[in-house]
Amino acid sequence: MKAIYGLYGDGQSAQQAVNRLRANGVADRAIVVMSAQPMEEFEFGHMDSRTRIWWIACLGGLLGMAAAFGLAWITEVSWPINVGGLPTFAWWPNLIIIFELTMLGAILATVVTLVVTAGLGRRSSFYDPAVSDGKILVGVANPPEASVRELETALGAIHGAQVKTI
Amino acid sequence: MAHSRINNDLLRPLFQTTWRFYLLVGLFGTVVLTALVAWLSQAYFGFGITGIRWPIYWGFYVTNFVFWIGISHAGTLISAILRLVDAGWRRPVTRCAEVITVFALMIGAMFPIIHLGRPWQAFWLIPYPSERLIWPNFRSPLVWDFFAINTYLTGSVLFLFLPMIPDFAVVRDKATGLRKKIYGVLALGWRGTPKQWNRLESAMSIMAVAIIPVAVSVHTIVSFDFSMAPVPMWHTTIFGPYFVAGAIFSGIAALLIAMAVLRRFLHLQEYLLPIHFQNLGKLLLVMALLWGYFVFNERLVTYYGNEPSEMGVFWRTQRESFAPLYWTMVICNFVLPVVLMGVKYFRTITGCVIASLGVIVGMWLERFLIIVPSLGHKYLPYSFATYRPQPVEIIIAIATFAAMTLLYVLFAKFVPIISIWELKAGDPTDRLGHPHSAAVRPVLMDRPRD
Repeated sequence: MKAIYGLYGDGQSAQQAVNRLRANGVADRAIVVMSAQPMEEFEFGHMDSRTRIWWIACLGGLLGMAAAFGLAWITEVSWPINVGGLPTFAWWPNLIIIFELTMLGAILATVVTLVVTAGLGRRSSFYDPAVSDGKILVGVANPPEASVRELETALGAIHGAQVKTI
Repeated sequence: MAHSRINNDLLRPLFQTTWRFYLLVGLFGTVVLTALVAWLSQAYFGFGITGIRWPIYWGFYVTNFVFWIGISHAGTLISAILRLVDAGWRRPVTRCAEVITVFALMIGAMFPIIHLGRPWQAFWLIPYPSERLIWPNFRSPLVWDFFAINTYLTGSVLFLFLPMIPDFAVVRDKATGLRKKIYGVLALGWRGTPKQWNRLESAMSIMAVAIIPVAVSVHTIVSFDFSMAPVPMWHTTIFGPYFVAGAIFSGIAALLIAMAVLRRFLHLQEYLLPIHFQNLGKLLLVMALLWGYFVFNERLVTYYGNEPSEMGVFWRTQRESFAPLYWTMVICNFVLPVVLMGVKYFRTITGCVIASLGVIVGMWLERFLIIVPSLGHKYLPYSFATYRPQPVEIIIAIATFAAMTLLYVLFAKFVPIISIWELKAGDPTDRLGHPHSAAVRPVLMDRPRD
């Protein structure tokens, strides 16, 4: 079996389903939840929320800054030209380029981190289009055969649940 | 509001194509093609067919460049600020705004190329050792433009695209056939797990923090193209904030017009509510007052300084050849928005649209009046001149508005113009399972004022 999951009409039911799965010994990392919008009011909406994306963005910004400094230095020293008595490598005009590339570095690092850590572009194990209609999916991928019946009972015990296996 | 209803309402334009769509595409596409022919004729016959000649080398084309870069401040900047302060009423507005930024930047960024007499030799601008000994000045404000505009364009495209991923997933789930495959690719395998939502929201917060100073820097740097030159009425320290304020001002006006058109033609009356127009109308009022403050500041300092070359330009705009355009600008940018947005009775959707149309006209005139009178009236009389725009420039200027509309119509046809997931996130009815709870979101709170 590839997966077993339940579809729920609201967040409270989904939270109960998550709690029941935990009570049946399913670890948090094995529980799959999907929804059509962020579910920040519920505990399950914060599963796996630790991220270093802010730090990586800062690192990207530093890389951008270094690249801008190098680019400005190399071009201005390689093609020196006297403009109004400015030094060959003048800080004031270069600060603008350094600022722009610092920000560009931070933005690109953020996007790359999002794509990598959120698993975008990777093939998913299972999915149900009912999520787009507002259903909240709670399930387990590749459950052990021995526990399928227990999981089915746990997921189906909540009022209004639709339990499916694939 | 039920998720299925939100999906149906916002996906309707994607799945149903009416004759209006083809009519609009045909109409605006024709105007854009006409401008393309005009531009090709300029490339063939040479720059002589334009009105740009010594000493006024910057005419309509640079006016359009500055104007459209200014309009681009509608979206990403406003959207980023509203995201950071978590303004609930932003949800139906953000994408309408962000799209304007991307398309306006693309249109604006074309003008340096259009402004080249021989665009096929644009590679001469690229620094490389050559026997021509054309050594580029890396400290030129034009280099700053290149980096600022490209950073802002890249950031704005990503800022627009990232929140579209969950909506592409909704379209993927609803579509069939080839459309399902295309939107499946665009959705990047989005499933809506807590991890994905968390990462997306973190990324959007970082992008919002990064994009605000970039947006401010872009128009400051565009103003540096002028203020770094010792030209009368240009060489002033106020140009940076003056340009930024003007850009946000024209951007809000563009956003209000776009929202009103979308609301009417895509039947989005339940999503783009009068409160959204009222709130943006208040912002327009604030920016009109700020614009008036900057203009007064600039004019008073020039007048009090009484420097002959500056006073020459000053009087040309105040009471000589450019006076009709100048006072039209003041009426459009100050009198009209202050009256219409300042009086609550007029702060309706119609009032917002009328004020915004005035601001668009006024801001285009402002850009023109910054550029042409100063270039035509520098320090010595031998360089005094007038500028008469020629048909090719007028056609291309008109076509930019057609291109903007065309791109907007095409975007609204292929992408939900209102962020579906953000709208759902602002409506707690389905999510919490008990409608009308104490945790009611601003989107719902707005509704009784409709």
